[in-house]
Amino acid sequence: MSKQRIVVVGNGMVGHKFIDNLLQDEKRDDFEIVTFSEEPRLAYDRVQLSAYFSGSTAADLAMTDEGYYNQNGVNFVLSDKVVEINKADKYVVTENGRKEAYDKLVLATGSFPFVPPIPGKDQEHCLVYRTIEDLEAITASAKESKVGVVVGGGLLGLEAANALKNLGLKTHVVEFAPRLMAVQLDEGGGKLLRGKIEELGVEVHTEKNTQEIVAGEECRFRMNFADGSFLETDMILFSAGIRPQDELARQFELETGERGGIVINNNCQTSDENIYAIGECALWGGRIFGLVAPGYTMAKVAVSHIASQGQGGSEEFTGADMSTKLKLLGVDVASIGDAHGNTPGAQSYTYNDEVGQVYKRLIVSEDGKKLLGAVLVGDVEAYGNLLQMMLNDMDLPESPEGLILPSVDGAASAGLGVDALPETAIICSCYDVTKGQLQEAVANGAVDMAGIKATTNASTGCGGCAALAKQVLDSELSSLGYEVKNDICEHFEYSRKELADIIRVKKIKTFDELLESHGKGHGCDICKPAVGSILASFWNDYILKEEHMSLQDTNDIYLGNMQKDGTYSVVPRVAGGEITPEKLIVLGEVAKEFGLYTKVTGGQRIDLFGAQLQDLPLIWKKLVDAGFETGHAYGKSVRTVKSCVGSTWCRYGVKDSVGFAIDIEDRYKGLRSPHKLKFAVSGCTRECAEAQCKDVGVIATENGWNLYVCGNGGMRPRHADLFATDLDDETLIKYVDRFLMFYVRTADRLQRTSVWLENLEGGLDYLREVIIEDKLGICEELETEMAANIGNYQCEWKTTIENPEKLKRFSHFINSDERDSNLAFVKERGQIRPATKEERIAAVEIVDAVEALNSAESIAEAEVA
Amino acid sequence: MSDNWKTICAKADLTPNTGVCALLEGEQVAIFWESKNDKLYAVSNYDPVGEANVLSRGIMGSIGEKIVVASPLYKQHFCLETGACLEEEEHSLKTYSVRELDGEVQLQVA
Repeated sequence: MSKQRIVVVGNGMVGHKFIDNLLQDEKRDDFEIVTFSEEPRLAYDRVQLSAYFSGSTAADLAMTDEGYYNQNGVNFVLSDKVVEINKADKYVVTENGRKEAYDKLVLATGSFPFVPPIPGKDQEHCLVYRTIEDLEAITASAKESKVGVVVGGGLLGLEAANALKNLGLKTHVVEFAPRLMAVQLDEGGGKLLRGKIEELGVEVHTEKNTQEIVAGEECRFRMNFADGSFLETDMILFSAGIRPQDELARQFELETGERGGIVINNNCQTSDENIYAIGECALWGGRIFGLVAPGYTMAKVAVSHIASQGQGGSEEFTGADMSTKLKLLGVDVASIGDAHGNTPGAQSYTYNDEVGQVYKRLIVSEDGKKLLGAVLVGDVEAYGNLLQMMLNDMDLPESPEGLILPSVDGAASAGLGVDALPETAIICSCYDVTKGQLQEAVANGAVDMAGIKATTNASTGCGGCAALAKQVLDSELSSLGYEVKNDICEHFEYSRKELADIIRVKKIKTFDELLESHGKGHGCDICKPAVGSILASFWNDYILKEEHMSLQDTNDIYLGNMQKDGTYSVVPRVAGGEITPEKLIVLGEVAKEFGLYTKVTGGQRIDLFGAQLQDLPLIWKKLVDAGFETGHAYGKSVRTVKSCVGSTWCRYGVKDSVGFAIDIEDRYKGLRSPHKLKFAVSGCTRECAEAQCKDVGVIATENGWNLYVCGNGGMRPRHADLFATDLDDETLIKYVDRFLMFYVRTADRLQRTSVWLENLEGGLDYLREVIIEDKLGICEELETEMAANIGNYQCEWKTTIENPEKLKRFSHFINSDERDSNLAFVKERGQIRPATKEERIAAVEIVDAVEALNSAESIAEAEVA
Repeated sequence: MSDNWKTICAKADLTPNTGVCALLEGEQVAIFWESKNDKLYAVSNYDPVGEANVLSRGIMGSIGEKIVVASPLYKQHFCLETGACLEEEEHSLKTYSVRELDGEVQLQVA
């Protein structure tokens, strides 16, 4: 049977989701997929659009790429709008005249921004807020504007207002209705939201009906309102609602709603059984669903129905919950179910704290037993519990007011135990993850939020379900008998974080002291290096002091990275990746003299391999004398700060990335941490230093530095998150000082910054609160701790070679000068490497490392195939 | 010395809770000093799993009642009393007799 042709019109978030779901379906090979988009790019995250103004690029927002589609055989055509549907012969025609046959057609055309028919609306600098092209136009207009007005005070309008504010404009919001977010919030909530927004410097004008847009006196435009008032502005951004893009349906006689929208049934089919409609363009039960989650559900349903080939048993769309929780202009708002109490007989409980700026209202059924809806502004912590209650039709507790009243006398609020939730309860609506699925994930080995996120994707979308998901996780862990213990090992009943606190607060200076006061037994290879690291992070002692010696791990103990044969590698520091010719020559000469293998590292420095214990002090003396320092390649510590060429030489560089990289590396070198730390500084947005996969990444823009955190390469690569923008050198350093010491204090053993952030309750927002807003009041302490570290810095190798006692240890035997007779090298590509087992057995010519390099004639070369 | 003890080094040369490697009649022997109970241990220096002469450089500790060293290469644990490898039975170490006499660390020659 030949493949069925599925043509998808529109490649927005929902259109792409349809394709992605179809590709995951077991019947995917029965289908051939073609998709058209009127936009010049593939699907991107329209929900996160505002991130564009805080440094994200179109590429960051992209939800897929050409590679993915090509690999999976999806044919895609961009910048070509479908303009005709022939239902009888089953084909579509595009603007450019391309004709494409279909077996099934899926319309995912989304919506377009509605611009009210106001005279003057079509002038330059009158814009809308939907596509990336729109954002580019807004950015361009903002450069020539001082004042901006957003017409429309709904969800999208307030997001747009935030964007204008971030672009530096004096921002106004003009709303036709008596209050902001009239759909989601009631009067009390809307009032509080307005107050909080006005505090941020955004002016709000409600009950304003714009009649015309004419030339202004002080600004480009003047908006005249029906009540006789006016407002002057340089830019107008219309965000007054969206309308479904249903022209194809109208023109080609598919059923549409009176006020727009393509009518669909529970299978997401239109009035033509071979044509489906999903997302914002679809009308179900007389309703359009303007959130992405219902659109995703429709995509799932459509895939299910198409894949079932009419044999029944497929999923159905039966409406969707439009509850939402978000942060607008920094204000937390949430709306659940029947927020306006429109259900007949509905009653409400209201808590309105004008001083603390918190508003919460519950809408309950006539008999007081069920929760119908809620509005939360300023404090949305109860959202997760309330949503579950409503969705699962659970009975309210005895005193429902306890759900929204602040707890008094430390009494626990009348909350909802997650244990009361049924397995079918959907915890994460972005990815459709039920409580049952979370429980399964735990049974399969997920033991923390990072594990849950990795295996189920829960909490990786909007993050709104994080608190609830964690409650399910913890409840499940304890019911499985898993003691949610974070003891570091059998010798200490504390987590690494707790030990760090104990050591720091009680000023404990040695492992023995800590073991005596808080531990038992003799310690081990888990707790000794962990404690050694904490001691180093806070007191920065020379790590080979006698009392610290027994704590040092494989690489730290001889200040070199042990290789597979027991020899070591030598890595001097090359800050910022910059090195003089003279120093390069020194490295080459040292390598030759000692017969070492040389290689350039990913961290932009040079690694010398094959050094035996007794050679290390000699090698390092030469390096230190030539002005080198230890590179700490052997430690769980700050490693390198990569750099790109930057403004000194590069045509495109906007700032001196090399200079700043060197400053940063020199500042933090020597810091020991829960895991290694890698940095990079890029001199422009081309990002040649790859800062976005580093624990600390810095990228130059015309306005200063953008700071990224918590990225890494390695086994689980993760992109860093944008933390703060437009920073000057000083502020950036301040934030990094605090960030690093906060990580040192609170991370788990061997936890990279990425995993640490994933497990941090409150995530990036919380991190910003701690580091930038000093929510915990510890920033001064953090900076002082960092300053102490910097003040105590010493090059460990320099200290070691100046100490004959320590140097004595650098010998294979304590009672002989002989070398380890088990070492064997062969030659490959002109350098040495350890012989393999097979090579030893075959008695392949073993090479004396130094002679191999120094003596041309007497070498018996072992050619390795 | 009728019972064949060979002096390796001074006790004062050892750092508490670390190991050193001795050359004994052509064999490499790792000597460890457990300082809490002031006890010496000696096992083969060759790590049979990692196949390199590195055990003397490992971290000492206890697992339950056993005093162990963790190989610096792949962290298998070896009981210092018996030489047994806790993770892989077949890779146990040869043990040696070691003692402190008049401030000197001595190994018994076979």
